[in-house]
Amino acid sequence: MKYNLALAGNPNCGKTTLFNILTGSKQHVGNWPGVTVDKKEGVWRKHSDFNLLDLPGTYSLSPYSEEEKIARDYIVKEKPDCVIDIVESPNLERNLYLTLQILETGVPTVIALNMSDELEQRGETIDSNYIEKEFGVKVVKISARNNHGIDDLYKAVKETIDKGITPKKLPLFEKLKNLDDEQIANARYEKITSVVKHCYKKNKEVQNTETKSSKIDRILTNKVLGLPIFAVVMYLLFQISLGENLFFVGIPGLGIIFAGWVETIWEILTNFVASGLVNAAPWAQGLVIDGIFGGIGAVLGFMPLVLVLYMLLSILEDSGYMARVAFVLDRIFRKFGLSGKSFIPLLMGFGCGVPAIMATRTLDEEKDRHITTIITAFMPCGAKLPIIALFVSILFSPDQAANITFLIYAIALCVAILVSLVLNKVWYKGAVSNFLMELPQYRWPTPISVLQHSLEKIKGFARKAGTIILASTILIWFLTNFNVNSFNGVNQATNENSSVMSEMDDSFMASVGKVISPIFNPLGFSGWRPTVGIITGWIAKENVVATFAQVYDDDISEEYLSNYFNESSASKDELIEAGFEDGIYDSEVAREIYDGILAEGGDHNALPTVRRDIPTKSSGFAYIMFNLLCMPCFAAVGSMHRELKTWRKTLGGVGVQMLTAYIVALIIRLVGLLFGF
Amino acid sequence: MTLCDLKPGEKGKVVSFGTEGVLRHRILDMGITTGIEIQLVKVAPLGDPLEIRLRGYNLSLRKSEASVIEIKQ
Repeated sequence: MKYNLALAGNPNCGKTTLFNILTGSKQHVGNWPGVTVDKKEGVWRKHSDFNLLDLPGTYSLSPYSEEEKIARDYIVKEKPDCVIDIVESPNLERNLYLTLQILETGVPTVIALNMSDELEQRGETIDSNYIEKEFGVKVVKISARNNHGIDDLYKAVKETIDKGITPKKLPLFEKLKNLDDEQIANARYEKITSVVKHCYKKNKEVQNTETKSSKIDRILTNKVLGLPIFAVVMYLLFQISLGENLFFVGIPGLGIIFAGWVETIWEILTNFVASGLVNAAPWAQGLVIDGIFGGIGAVLGFMPLVLVLYMLLSILEDSGYMARVAFVLDRIFRKFGLSGKSFIPLLMGFGCGVPAIMATRTLDEEKDRHITTIITAFMPCGAKLPIIALFVSILFSPDQAANITFLIYAIALCVAILVSLVLNKVWYKGAVSNFLMELPQYRWPTPISVLQHSLEKIKGFARKAGTIILASTILIWFLTNFNVNSFNGVNQATNENSSVMSEMDDSFMASVGKVISPIFNPLGFSGWRPTVGIITGWIAKENVVATFAQVYDDDISEEYLSNYFNESSASKDELIEAGFEDGIYDSEVAREIYDGILAEGGDHNALPTVRRDIPTKSSGFAYIMFNLLCMPCFAAVGSMHRELKTWRKTLGGVGVQMLTAYIVALIIRLVGLLFGF
Repeated sequence: MTLCDLKPGEKGKVVSFGTEGVLRHRILDMGITTGIEIQLVKVAPLGDPLEIRLRGYNLSLRKSEASVIEIKQ
């Protein structure tokens, strides 16, 4: 016989910690049908006849939020065999409000007084017998983070189910039926106050002295120090997870180091597989190496960043500092229709959009989560920098470059804010979210819960993003390497190596580019090549630059390179300085070096054909902004889908991004035409 | 006077609140009921929101939300 148990409790009561301890790795995260709230299920590790369900953390069962509706519906309609109501002992009074509502439903319940050890350390006690007698249900003292009292909890649950213990029908419950909302809340709290008075033995000394948390808050949310401390915390968060230059001493942050390792290992593996495929047909090599391995590699490279960022975020969240972030920044972000916590994903977006979008999970309101997810993709992430560098260097003089780059950043931020305001008005009809938010006690996060939390995110990302990225990468690989002649034997007959593949210039992708490109004519850039750049940028934004190198290959002919590096007259030392080993010019090496120079924007006369397709400063600027603001890479779309849950919302979000990119680019182009640049 | 008029450290008792809908329910669910004593702990560095203490825990709310809560000292 299998029994269904549900865990219920307030946010911050330690419910997730208990769930993790009870289920270990035997858990499954899905979501509730029709809504975007996580549904966590698992099996009690030591007692496998008990299924466990983690209900969303709520303060009440009144149906005013999605979380509350879910919790209420589950308890009332699904009728679990027993509800474990987890109560934060040091915060008994407010926690019992939910308890009372659970008991009112009449469902078999066990009350778990969590953090009872913390209470005892303060010299305070709760008389659990009194609560048992008063409510007619089993009450046990536990400490989830220290793994105390779990056996007692099991015995209490078993006894409750075996003996069919149900809560006492208090006279209060009958009375509530004839009262209005305010009277109901008053009556419930009156009952609670009287119970707390009888069972909670306070330590007068502790009650009168300042709590540890408010001492910490005297510094962390201090009028003067609050914001600077926040800035330092954010700096560390960014640098450790995504930074290339931690503490300005030239070492990268943990995330980047780990990402480097993963990439190296993947490269070795890819090369190994490639060496086994040397005799295979070129298309098979391409499919396995560029399509499959390239696609998986694109996901793998993000994993360490996601892991490190999530570990740091869990620490901030579990310690209680995250609520203070919202407290300190609410004033600013409310103006944009967001919450103070939106700052974190937006900041992370400057490093990498994938973990940044996943960080929106820390936002409490669904509206804030959705809007932040969509606008985080606008941030100029690390992979967009080569696009900016390349085009700024081609189109603007070196002394303008810094200002233009700054302007690009500023526009991206302003667009993010504007889009947030518009989405608030149009999509959410200006609904004002309320901000009643608990400032929980500061607590040390436990390593196990931090690790478990982060690994769970990684697993979800790998599963969901992995499939879409892989599929999209293979599709684009196919489009850029094949054309009709691949399938009628013409390519095979004409290609030197008798491959069925085609050059990018003749590929399906080029045809697609030709069909789509008229859409972009109003933005000032023409021809199929820039369009293909935009499309390949969806695999990874830095691909825009690589694609340009490919489709404008004639601009980087051997002759051009030979002139650029001054082959005929350069001295050996000059060639060594340019990057040629032993000072000997080699056209292949020259190409490699030049690609690097291109990405950094080192050649100001580069790419003459590019200048034909993207003729003016304003059209180039429009092209940069379109690439920055349009759909992010598939990996980021994968994490958007993870947060928005439905494809309808994800595609809606992508639609908003595309439309925004087009409008902004068009405005830039029109302003450019008006002022003649 | 409303909750907004308190200075950090001061306390007041809730008399009534003039709001409807979801906010009203949130306020009630979080334990802000008539007769309860609330202490204003501090104001956020940028002047809003507020941090209050009631029923043994700390709660943050915006001035716009605090201004609907009538109190007496």
